[in-house]
Amino acid sequence: MSSFTRQQMAARVADDIPEGWFVNLGIGIPTMVADYVPMDREVILHSENGILGMGPAPAPDKVNAWLVNAGKQPVTLRPGGSFFHHADSFGMIRGGHIDLCVLGAFEVAENGDIANWATSENDSAPAVGGAMDLAAGAKRLWVVMDHTTKDGRPKLVETCGYPLTAHGAVQRIYTNLAVIDVVRGRGFVVREIVPGMSLADLQAKTGAVLHTDS
Amino acid sequence: MINKIVQSIAEALSGIKDGSTVLMGGFGAVGQPDELIEGLIEQGAKDLTVVANNAGAGRVGLAKLMEMGRVRKIICSFPRSAGSTVFEELYRAGKLELEIVPQGTLAERMRAAGAGIPAFFTPTAAGTKLAQGKEARDFNGRPHILELALPGDVALVEAWEADRWGNLTYREGGRNFNPVMAMAATLTVAQTHHIRELGDIAPDNVHTPGIYVQRVVQVARGAPWN
Repeated sequence: MSSFTRQQMAARVADDIPEGWFVNLGIGIPTMVADYVPMDREVILHSENGILGMGPAPAPDKVNAWLVNAGKQPVTLRPGGSFFHHADSFGMIRGGHIDLCVLGAFEVAENGDIANWATSENDSAPAVGGAMDLAAGAKRLWVVMDHTTKDGRPKLVETCGYPLTAHGAVQRIYTNLAVIDVVRGRGFVVREIVPGMSLADLQAKTGAVLHTDS
Repeated sequence: MINKIVQSIAEALSGIKDGSTVLMGGFGAVGQPDELIEGLIEQGAKDLTVVANNAGAGRVGLAKLMEMGRVRKIICSFPRSAGSTVFEELYRAGKLELEIVPQGTLAERMRAAGAGIPAFFTPTAAGTKLAQGKEARDFNGRPHILELALPGDVALVEAWEADRWGNLTYREGGRNFNPVMAMAATLTVAQTHHIRELGDIAPDNVHTPGIYVQRVVQVARGAPWN
């Protein structure tokens, strides 16, 4: 049975981002989304460390030590970009000015709860970073993650088992198997399934009821 | 004549007491006042509470200060990162207290401290483990939690340019936490790449006005930093 690669997942998310949006991309697959937004579709990328108008990674000989993304990888600045301090940067996030945030997650529940910062109540060294600010403050929160854990347990669940990042924040999930909306009062609504997989197969890999519009 | 420029790191850090809360600028290595942190190791203050986004890497700077047992508590958003082994060892051994704060709340708590706001409500972290023990209140039907201002006794910041009044500019992504830390501390010490004559930093381009800065010290750095 086929599944989407990480690159295909990132490209699929990028397809849904319209020109003009201010977008914050989390660490991991979300960061790769930037590579699939064509340069002529002007999407303005925000980085929590005080950058708007972030561009792609530089060539190895063009690295600027002053310019990194949230994952501390080197990036570039597009014409029109700007710098600002951390309170302003998070003012943009917390003040509802960011159109979309894309994050990875450990679990998403059918009510939109997200858990993505600690894997137990007694994590040896939890690290929240900007995840709670982004989940609470962005206008939209999309999650991109594998549909199940490496050992096959569902990551789309009725109730999150891991410590929450935010309540009821997720609107859409892109996995290696499907695109699924989180609809208030209904739960998970399937929009797309990877070619060759049936709804019943997908349901078997999901920890909560999947709905469809048809 | 006002002159906040001092001639040595030791002079810049003199008088920092045991038990101080020290705010350290930077996001990872970018905008981090490395020479001042190394200077603090020499200076000797202990029983410190350190506020920084990350908990140090390798065995230099903040990691070294922690390894020497000089840090009692660290307040940060993202302690676990590549090379944060010293933090992880001390934390697991129970030798370091950790307060995890969402990154935006961390910045805003310092901004609030600098602006005379003792506390504020935010929806960030409401209903999560990080809300435990905090006052909760609904606004517009949405749960919020009360977060307290986070003032520092000392802030160590990295500027790009500075003048003798303490006016500062930062370079690109090196700005990050530095301006809010500068405004939140009683004693703000800036290390700078360049000293400018008074008036040579265009007033429109001053990022941190000198009112927030007590001491300035120039540090030498090689390429690519110049």
